[in-house]
Amino acid sequence: MCQNRQGGIIMRLIFEYEKQKQSVYLPECDVESIELSQKRERPLHLPSLGEITITRHYTELAKQTHGVNDGFYPLGSCTMKYNPKINESIASDRHFTDIHPLQDESSVQGCLKVFKEAEKMLCEICGMDAFTFQPAAGAHGEFCGLLLIKKYHEMRQDHKRTKIIVPDSAHGTNPASAAMAGFQVVSIPSGEDGCVDLDALRAAVGEDTAGIMLTNPNTVGLFDKHILDITQIVHDAGGLCYYDGANLNAVMGIARPGDMGFDVIHLNLHKTFSTPHGGGGPGSGPCGCKAFLKDYLPGKMAEENESGLEFVQPANSVGQIKAFYGNFLVVVKALAYLYSLGSEGIRSSAQNAVLNANYLMHQLKDHYHVAYDTTCMHEFVISLDKEKHEQNISAMDIAKSLLDHGIHPPTMYFPLIVHEALMIEPTETEAKETLDHAAEVFKKIKEKAVSNPQAVHEAPYMTPVRRLDEVKAARELHLRYVFDDEK
Amino acid sequence: MSDYIPNTKKAQEEMLESIGMRDFDELFSMIPDSVKLKQLDLPEGLSEFEVQRKLLAIANENYVYPTVFRGAGAYRHYIPALVKSILSKEEFLTAYTPYQAEISQGVLQSIFEYQTMICELTGMDVSNASVYDGASAAAEAAGMCCERKRQKVYISQTCDPNIIETVKTYCWGKNREVILIPEKEGLCDIEALSGLLDEESACVLIQQPNYYGLLEDCTKISEITHAAKAKMIMSCNPISLAILPTPKEVGADIAVGEGQPLGMSMAFGGPYLGFMSTVNAMARKLPGRIVGETVDADGKRAYVLTLQAREQHIRREKASSNICSNQAYCALNAAVYMAVMGEEGLKQVAHLCTSKAHYLRKVLIEAGMVGKHDQEFFHEFVLSSSVSSAKINAALKEKGILGGYPLSETETLWCATEMNTKEEMDECARIVKEVLSCA
Amino acid sequence: MSVHEKCYYTESHEWVLPQEDGTVLVGLSDYAQNELGDLVFVNLPEVGDEITAHESFADVESVKAVSDVYAPVSGKVTAINEELLDSPEKINEDAYGAWFVRVECEFDPSELMDSKAYQAYLETL
Repeated sequence: MCQNRQGGIIMRLIFEYEKQKQSVYLPECDVESIELSQKRERPLHLPSLGEITITRHYTELAKQTHGVNDGFYPLGSCTMKYNPKINESIASDRHFTDIHPLQDESSVQGCLKVFKEAEKMLCEICGMDAFTFQPAAGAHGEFCGLLLIKKYHEMRQDHKRTKIIVPDSAHGTNPASAAMAGFQVVSIPSGEDGCVDLDALRAAVGEDTAGIMLTNPNTVGLFDKHILDITQIVHDAGGLCYYDGANLNAVMGIARPGDMGFDVIHLNLHKTFSTPHGGGGPGSGPCGCKAFLKDYLPGKMAEENESGLEFVQPANSVGQIKAFYGNFLVVVKALAYLYSLGSEGIRSSAQNAVLNANYLMHQLKDHYHVAYDTTCMHEFVISLDKEKHEQNISAMDIAKSLLDHGIHPPTMYFPLIVHEALMIEPTETEAKETLDHAAEVFKKIKEKAVSNPQAVHEAPYMTPVRRLDEVKAARELHLRYVFDDEK
Repeated sequence: MSDYIPNTKKAQEEMLESIGMRDFDELFSMIPDSVKLKQLDLPEGLSEFEVQRKLLAIANENYVYPTVFRGAGAYRHYIPALVKSILSKEEFLTAYTPYQAEISQGVLQSIFEYQTMICELTGMDVSNASVYDGASAAAEAAGMCCERKRQKVYISQTCDPNIIETVKTYCWGKNREVILIPEKEGLCDIEALSGLLDEESACVLIQQPNYYGLLEDCTKISEITHAAKAKMIMSCNPISLAILPTPKEVGADIAVGEGQPLGMSMAFGGPYLGFMSTVNAMARKLPGRIVGETVDADGKRAYVLTLQAREQHIRREKASSNICSNQAYCALNAAVYMAVMGEEGLKQVAHLCTSKAHYLRKVLIEAGMVGKHDQEFFHEFVLSSSVSSAKINAALKEKGILGGYPLSETETLWCATEMNTKEEMDECARIVKEVLSCA
Repeated sequence: MSVHEKCYYTESHEWVLPQEDGTVLVGLSDYAQNELGDLVFVNLPEVGDEITAHESFADVESVKAVSDVYAPVSGKVTAINEELLDSPEKINEDAYGAWFVRVECEFDPSELMDSKAYQAYLETL
């Protein structure tokens, strides 16, 4: 730690300690020493530190990081549920970690079984016929699914299908993934009720429609009850239906995307299936599909043969979207979770996710404006639009005030169709007591905001740092530490 | 069955009642019956003990080779205990992407430090916070170079097939042309390259050391690439960068690579780490998260996600990439590994890899195998043999040795790292000699 | 919010300032920069590009948003204000000095609002 000019404590960067004696990790070379003729000229500035300094450095960084273990984390659309410890323990077994991806198949039967078991269970939960685990994250899964749609139309020589329909309430990854797969994006407005406007959809589909991307429940936390009509309209027009599995936690075990008429789907194992987010990854975004698309899946699929399991490359595969088979250890963790929950646990997780969301919404609705005042699914959206205009209290102010109470703020300013939005997703792994406490905190903050708006504009007060100057960060780019001899 | 739901049945009933619902059926009444499922056809949930027993039984169907001489994109290195200890801190593990900077300074600073270390390794000015893996990093880098009038992507045949295939898929998505630069004696055919480039060329992608472990003449390739006004992308092994000229020194515009060797286990292919760095002029084209330094309301130094308006959540279909979640925890893993090993340690690993690989090649050739290439190499090399690689590897497996990766019936790609002792290599050569002499 | 007397305006808050050589300068109004907040980057077209009235030809970024800038005229870009690429804050500081592009076009003032009409339009917002 060192003092800055204001007298507060700032964390040192790992490059800012004096040089220390390092531990010895490797033995001397036991063979003839070889030097290559191509040589690095430039100095390599890496720390030279004793173990105690390194471990204290990262311990301090850990203290300045809020994880699910540290407190309530109702980050909408992100499903920050508890990450079971047994998952981690199993995934760290050396029979999983110390396996080379290019070992002979007879020596990796356990890995292939993990893929096959997880695939079977996810197929049943989603009503799909196959899953690839190659996608490393949700957006990667979307990209994969859209490539399947592209391939499907290409194989049918139907080259005019160049457009993907995306509701204006969609996650930003949806249109971005469609663009990466070479499609044009057609945005359709949502109806008053936050759901797909069927007339707008009918007007948008046509001979150039490759498909639609939908989240159901949608990003305002409502189940679109016209879902069968929606998928029918798109299918009748010759397009395919893509299900963004970001919100599957609300319906798993209760309704299946496959039964709603979807052809392709991606899941986020790091949301719905309890694997940790790791501060932004690694996730896992398996992509599932109906049988007629199975031949186009990327990478290799674990298939049963007489002697066990083998890797088979789909006949008309779209290719590879990364090296090897995906974030394998994340799949191990998700499989542990699936085994733990089983048929009934999966269903009750969805039930309790929806119950917790409605319970919290019910407690807040006399104090905050709920954007869609009806029974919600696993999350709900409140809007500070009125307060913003009348009292200059913003969604940001409420969010930042929560930080002083040890609560991670909800997702802010999303979905885009609700102004001054806060999107709240408690998840099923939170206790009633936690929800009651959070509701109290939300109420207190609102009261404080009304009586003393200036106080919430300046929140937070208790966190390691206060609100940041993001304009400065973007205008004066300072994206790495610069060493003295590089200045 | 453990479902991690803390509320008792009684609490659930009370909560239902307080929101005016009779039961869960009523709570879910907005879902039409036509799409409602009766019952999942899955087994009942298990206790933690049973889950552990069941999954460890599956784990035990895998065979962990005590000795590994295989690389080809995934490498076994020594991971210090301190790295594993720091990585076990669950604040890092259970946090989301650090959108709320005030309570995420730990993650943000660790990414800033990671970005700095990647810049140090590659000599570049700017690094992002990671992408999925080395292959997708190469594909994203190719995308960074494409502009309206330049859409052709050139990739050397001497790159890892995983990289080539991934770049092809991404380019197919964007309807871009991919041109393979032929191989000549294990290296990128530089003469052929100069004939291939034209005014529509966006970039040239080279791997260093290449798939066969050989060192390419990247300076020459970058000269030719820049003469055609295209960009040069280098996909690098990060360990080798401790001793080889940096991508910046040889003229590359973008340096990418597979970060797995920086302290991550082989894990049957993932999670790994795609690193990406570039020169200042192309900083805004980098995909994904980037952390920048700024100050807080009290003027205190702090870190925050910056340049966000490039990204999908703001730019939507106009974003250059759709990446959202990346491999943050793996980036932390790499940063901790580099902090622990330090400059000396990383150079030592690179030097040991080089020396051991040269020794392994020597003893295998003495055992009767034949060197495919004569060029300088780092820690991988190709050998051929009169006996099939399958037969040799089967004999090695009996002694717990994972032999080289078969490239064809008789050619094998070998690898040695600091993990391989002289005794292991001598033993491997002895077995190979036996197999060859029996043939 | 200031309005520049000699400029002509669109409803999406772009301004056009005719030059003596027959070209026009195009920029964003003071009202627009104020609504957008602190700008941190601007994407400009290339010299030689054809731009089309009512279509996006550039965009401006604030920390958390990106906004399209629509062409008020159709024509060919003959110059871009490169200073904005390094100092986007100029748009916030001096909206009518911080031109984006110079365009060669047949400019018809009657298709846009003059400063008085724009001032009146702003009062309706």
